[in-house]
Amino acid sequence: MRLGVVTFPGSLDDVDAARAVRIAGAEAVPLWHGDHDLRGVDGVVLPGGFSYGDYLRCGAIARFAPVMTEVVEAAQGGMPVLGICNGFQILCEAHLLPGALIRNDHRRFVCRDQRLRIESTTTAWTSAYEQGQQVVVPLKNGEGGFVADGDTLDRLEGEGRVVARYVGANPNGSLRDIAGISNASGTVVGLMPHPEHAVESLCGPGTDGLGFFTSAVRTLTATI
Amino acid sequence: MASVVVDVMLKPEILDPQGKAVHGALPRLGFEGVTDVRQGKRFELELDGEVTPQRLDQVRALAATLLSNPVIEDFDIRVED
Repeated sequence: MRLGVVTFPGSLDDVDAARAVRIAGAEAVPLWHGDHDLRGVDGVVLPGGFSYGDYLRCGAIARFAPVMTEVVEAAQGGMPVLGICNGFQILCEAHLLPGALIRNDHRRFVCRDQRLRIESTTTAWTSAYEQGQQVVVPLKNGEGGFVADGDTLDRLEGEGRVVARYVGANPNGSLRDIAGISNASGTVVGLMPHPEHAVESLCGPGTDGLGFFTSAVRTLTATI
Repeated sequence: MASVVVDVMLKPEILDPQGKAVHGALPRLGFEGVTDVRQGKRFELELDGEVTPQRLDQVRALAATLLSNPVIEDFDIRVED
């Protein structure tokens, strides 16, 4: 089982994401933004950070990085892809997921341990959780407000594609408290909070985040 | 040489926290009567040679794919003299 983690210029959480992949029992394969090569991986994680300095719009330039040609093609072919924070922004910019992420409504960077409710357990990245299960993982973003038009939001809700929702006070102005969404088939998931920072009890608020990675390992083991 | 300007603005229904921050600062500076502020981006593209309809189409494609995100933004293109 090999899960690739892409490093863009300005990625911050690629090392933690790779560590989470290893703890979940898979091999973490480093992927480079400038290569047209996925190195034969079974799934891809787009990590958090500030790719290309967040210039233009968050994720707007990373979307056109060479490796993204292969990531988009593979994702459209059914490969599991998880975008965390900046990775979520990249997935939206690449139109693999609908909507967009805008500046937090309160205009401040938010960094806290955040409670989430897992709303969908049918995706490739959330099958290890129980429907409605609450988890706590770090959230840290300046532009984490999820927006989409009303029809798109209704469609996401109606098709069960809201993957996770914020519990308690909305931390960033995301419409309908949405913390994460998936594509129609559940293989591509975008998530604003950071499960990769909650995979070991020594650091972070616990190990609630590990399930995202063990889910992918389990999904891929079942299909390969 | 020709200059083409692309203005990008958030769609009216999208919240603009930066514009709100600017708006909030105006009373402190003594500016009265400004009811709203929206902040956008202006791109100045320098082209070599003439601006043909075909090249304007290319700029339009560029504006729609990279310079703006059609999910949240609108853009406007004009040729500068």
